[in-house]
Amino acid sequence: MTSTAVPPAPPLPARARLGRRGAQYVSAGVVRYGALAFFAILVLLPVYVLVITSVKGVAETDPSHAWSIPQLWTTTAWRDAWTQLSPALGNSFKLAIPATIISTVLGSLNGFALSKWRFPGADIVFTFFLFGMFIPYQAVLIPLTQLFSDVNFPNGIPRLIFAHIVYGIPITALIFRSYYATIPEELMEAARMDRAGMLRTFWSVVLPVSAPAFVVTAIWQFTSIWNDFLFAVFIIGDPAKWPVTVALNNTAGSFVTPYNLQMSAALLASLPTLVVYVLLGRYFMRGLMAGALKG
Amino acid sequence: MRNVRRWGPGLLLVSPSIVLIAVFVYGLIVWNIKVSFSDWRTSVPSHKWAGLAAYRDLNSDPAWSQDLHHILLFTVTFIAGTLLVGLTLAFLLEKGVRGEGFFRSVYLFPMAVSFIAAGVVWRWLMNPAPGDRATGLNVVFDKLGVGFLANQWYLGLNWGMAAMAMPAIWALSGYIMALYLAGFRGVPEDLREAARMDGASEWRVYRHVVFPHLRPVTLSALVILGHISIKVFDLIVAIGGKQLVTQTPAVYMWILIYDAQDYAKGAAIATLLLVGISALIVPYLVYTVRAERRA
Amino acid sequence: MPSIQYGRPRGRITRATAARAALLTAFALLLVPAAGNARPAAIGGTQASCQLEVFSWWTGGGEAAGLAKLITIWNKNNASCQFKNETVAGGAGGNAKAVLQQRLSAHKPPDSFQGHAGAELRDYIKAKQVEPIDFIYKQYKFDKVMPKSLLSQITYNGHLYSVPVNIHRANILWYNPKVLKKAGITSVPKTWSQFIAALNKAKAADVIPLSMADQWTSDHLWETVMIATIGPARWAALWKPGADWSNAGVTLALNRFKTLLSYTNSDAASLTWQDAGKLVADGKAAFNIMGDWQDGYFSGAKAGDNLGLKPKVDYGWAPVPGTAGVYDWLSDSFTLAKGAPHRSAAVKWLAFLGSKRAQDTFNPVKGSIPARQDANPKLYGPYLKWALTQWKTNRLAGSFWHGVVAPNKWHADIDTALGLFLQTKDVKRFQSALVTAAKKDAR
Repeated sequence: MTSTAVPPAPPLPARARLGRRGAQYVSAGVVRYGALAFFAILVLLPVYVLVITSVKGVAETDPSHAWSIPQLWTTTAWRDAWTQLSPALGNSFKLAIPATIISTVLGSLNGFALSKWRFPGADIVFTFFLFGMFIPYQAVLIPLTQLFSDVNFPNGIPRLIFAHIVYGIPITALIFRSYYATIPEELMEAARMDRAGMLRTFWSVVLPVSAPAFVVTAIWQFTSIWNDFLFAVFIIGDPAKWPVTVALNNTAGSFVTPYNLQMSAALLASLPTLVVYVLLGRYFMRGLMAGALKG
Repeated sequence: MRNVRRWGPGLLLVSPSIVLIAVFVYGLIVWNIKVSFSDWRTSVPSHKWAGLAAYRDLNSDPAWSQDLHHILLFTVTFIAGTLLVGLTLAFLLEKGVRGEGFFRSVYLFPMAVSFIAAGVVWRWLMNPAPGDRATGLNVVFDKLGVGFLANQWYLGLNWGMAAMAMPAIWALSGYIMALYLAGFRGVPEDLREAARMDGASEWRVYRHVVFPHLRPVTLSALVILGHISIKVFDLIVAIGGKQLVTQTPAVYMWILIYDAQDYAKGAAIATLLLVGISALIVPYLVYTVRAERRA
Repeated sequence: MPSIQYGRPRGRITRATAARAALLTAFALLLVPAAGNARPAAIGGTQASCQLEVFSWWTGGGEAAGLAKLITIWNKNNASCQFKNETVAGGAGGNAKAVLQQRLSAHKPPDSFQGHAGAELRDYIKAKQVEPIDFIYKQYKFDKVMPKSLLSQITYNGHLYSVPVNIHRANILWYNPKVLKKAGITSVPKTWSQFIAALNKAKAADVIPLSMADQWTSDHLWETVMIATIGPARWAALWKPGADWSNAGVTLALNRFKTLLSYTNSDAASLTWQDAGKLVADGKAAFNIMGDWQDGYFSGAKAGDNLGLKPKVDYGWAPVPGTAGVYDWLSDSFTLAKGAPHRSAAVKWLAFLGSKRAQDTFNPVKGSIPARQDANPKLYGPYLKWALTQWKTNRLAGSFWHGVVAPNKWHADIDTALGLFLQTKDVKRFQSALVTAAKKDAR
C-alpha cells in the first residue's frame, strides 16, 4: 500500500498528443467520447423515467406509458411529495448530519490508532471490526430494539443515530486506516522526536492532512445513513419521527400505487445526497486518489 | 511489557469502539447463534436447547436451495458486472477528458438514489409483459430493432436473478469507477513512461504496469460489493416482493422471522450467512494483513 | 521547543481548522441525546393528555378514507383522547406486522392494532399480547347482531379477541361482459366444466383467459379452487389437528388448480392485483378471481386512483364456479393490546368499531360489508348490496390466505410450498408438502 504522497499532475488529454500517431489518437478520442456518452445514456435512462413520470398526472402514470412525454405536464406529484415528505426530510437531516459527523470522526480516531499508533493486536482488532460489516441487519433488529428499551435509551432519532454510528465503525475505520497508511513515516518520526503524545500528534500532524479521507467517509456514511430503510422502520416507532426512506415507502399505500407520487418522492428523497455529490465530488476523487480505500 | 506507555493510548482510543462492536455485533451474533440452536419456533419465546433441528429443517427446505441459487447468481452477476463497468468507465476517463467532472457526476448519481427508489423504476424498466403488452426496456428493444433481446427479466426461470442484479450494477458502478479512477491515477506516470521508452505498446503498458497496481482496489471493491450483495433486501423486495421466484436468504430470513415467526430457523439463516461470508473474508483479511507486513 | 509544523503549507490551515472544528462538533453533538433526555417523557398514566394509539396498515385508497372518517367521528366525541394514527405502508401489511412484532417484543404496545380475524391472531393470543374482550361483546350486545357462525370461527379457547369491522368475500369471479360477448361465452360459468369451456373460448379469442398477479394471488386462487372442489365442510375440517391432506379430494383440487394456472398470463409475478384487474377492465383478459376489494378498485372514483367503471355494464361478478352459496370470508378486525397504555380509551374504541354507526360509515367507503347484520343497504353500492344479501344466507368458509383458518407458520409453509409448485407444477410434491405442513403446524 505504498504510493506517492502527492498525486501526479493529470496528463494532457489524449487529443492534445498529436504527432506521428495523431490520427490514431483523434479517432481514439471519438471512440472514447462515444463510449462515455453511451454509458451516460444508459445510466440516465432510469433517471429519465423517474423525472418524466414525476411530472405526469395520475391518468398517464402507467408502466405502458413509461417512455412517453406527458400530454399534460403537472406538478401535483411534486407538491404532494413535498407535503408528504417534508417533515420526514427534516428528520433525515437531523439523523444523517450528526450521525455522519460523529461516525466520521470516530472512524478517523480508530483509523489513526490502527495504522499509525499501533498496539499489539492492532490487526486483530481491525479484523474484528471488519467482520462486523457483514452481519445481516434482519438478524439483529429484534434484539437490538429490545436492548434499546431495556437500557431506556432516549427514544426516536437518537437511537437511530447510535445504531448507525456503531454499525458504521467498521467501514469508517477501513477507509481511514487505508488512508493514514499513506502518511509518510517521517512525519510520525518527527512528531515522536518532539515527544508529542498521541493526541497531540493526531491533532497537529494527522488531522490537518485528513481532509480527503473525511470527505470520502462522510459521503459514504451520509449516503448509507440517508438511504437506510431497515433500521429506520424498526427502531423508530413514532411516525412523526420517520426519516425520508420510510416516508417514501409509505407513498406506496396498500391500495393503488400512485406511481407519479412515488417517482417524485424518490427524486425528492435523493436530492440532498445528489447535492452532496455535486458539491463534494471533486474532493471525493481527491480523497480516493490520496489513498483512502486503496486496499 | 515494554513501551506500554507508547502504545497504551492507542489501545485506549479504540477501546470504546471495541466495546460497542463487541456488544452490538458480536453480542448479537452470539444471541443469534443461541436462538438458532433453540426451539423458539413460534411467537412464544423459548430458550430450550434444540440442537441442529432448525438447521436440519432448513437443509431439507426446498425453498432454501432456491434461495442459495438465487443469491449465488445475483452475487456473481452483480460483482462481475459492477467491476467490469466501473473499470471500463475509469479506463475511459483516466487519461483525462474534457467534461470529466460532468461524466463523473452522471455516473455517480445512481448511488444517491436509495434501493427502494431504484427498485421502483427498474421494476418498470424490466417489465416482463409479452407481446403487445410489452413496456419498459422490452419496448425500447423492439423500437431499436433488437427485439430479440426482449425477455422476461427478473422472472426468467434460469437467469432471472442475473437480471435482478442490473439495478444494483447501475447503482454502484459509479462508486467502483471512482475507486478505479483513483487507482489509475495513483500509478506514477514515470513508471508508464519508462515502459513506453522500453518500446511497450500502450496495451502492454496497461497490462504490465497499470493493472497490477489496481489489484488492491479490486480486492477492496470485492469486499464492499460482497457485503452489499449478501445483505441486499430493499432492492429485491421493491422489485419482486417476497415471492419465491426472486427470493434470497435475506428475504427468506425476513419471512421466517416476521411472517412465520420461526425465530430459530431465521437465526439459522443469519448464522449460515455469516459462516459463508467468513469463509471468504477471513482469507482476504489474512492476505491483506500479511501483504501489509511484507510492505 | 519548536512547534509542530512539519512543512505544512499555509494554504492547508483552513482545512486543518475545518477538521478540528468537525472533531469538536462531534463531541458537542454527543451531548444532544442527553439534552433530549431533559425533556419530560410522556408516560402513560401520569400524563395530562391521552392519545389513542391505533396501529394499522390502512395507508391508501378506500381504507385510508374510511379510517379517516372514523377518526373524525372519534376525535369529535373524545376531545380528551385524540386519535394517534400509527400506520406503516408496504408489503400489504407485511411491514406493519413486522414493526408491530418488534413493538410487542419490546413491551411498548399500541392501544389497539389491526389484524385479520381468526387464526392470524392466534400467535398474539398465545404470546399473551392481546386481551380477551368477551366483556365488550356482552356489554354492547355485539353477539346479538353478528352471525353466530362468524363468532364461532373467531372464538379461540372459548374467548373472543377482536372486533371485526368488515367482511370481505374472496371467492368472486370478475369478468368483462364485452370480452365474454366477443369470445362467444354466452353465460357466466357456474360449474367446473363450464369454466374450462369458457376459458378455452377466451383463449381462442386471443385474450388472457384468467388474469393473475404476484404469488399471493395464486394462493388466493388456490383456496377458492379447494373450496369449490371439496366444499366448505371438508375445507373447515382440513384445518383441524390430525386432518388428512393426502386424500383424493385434495389431489383433484390441486390438479384443477394446475389446469387453471395454464390459462394465466406469463408475467403474473410482476403484476399487482390491481394490474390483473385492469387487464379485465381493459378488455385484455376475460376473467379474474379476486376478493371483492376488486369492486372498490373497479367502481371507485378516478380521483382516488380507481377506474371509475360502471358496475354490471363495464364489469360483472359471480361466485367462483363451484362456490355458489359459499361465502369465502375474511375480516379486518381490531384487538385490545395487553398492556395498552390507554386501556379505557382502547375499550371505547373497540366498542365504537362494533357499533352500527362506525360500520356503516367505514364500510361503504372501504368497499366491504359490515360484520353486523343490521346494515343499512341504502348506503351501499350495487355489488355490496348483493353481498349483503349473500352474507345473510350463504354458508361460511374461512379464508386461508387472509388469516382466518391458518396461523402464521402454517400460512408461511403453505405459501412456500405453493411458490415451489408455481415453478415445478408437480402436484405430488405439492401435496406431500401440504401434508408435512399440516403435520408440523396444526395445533
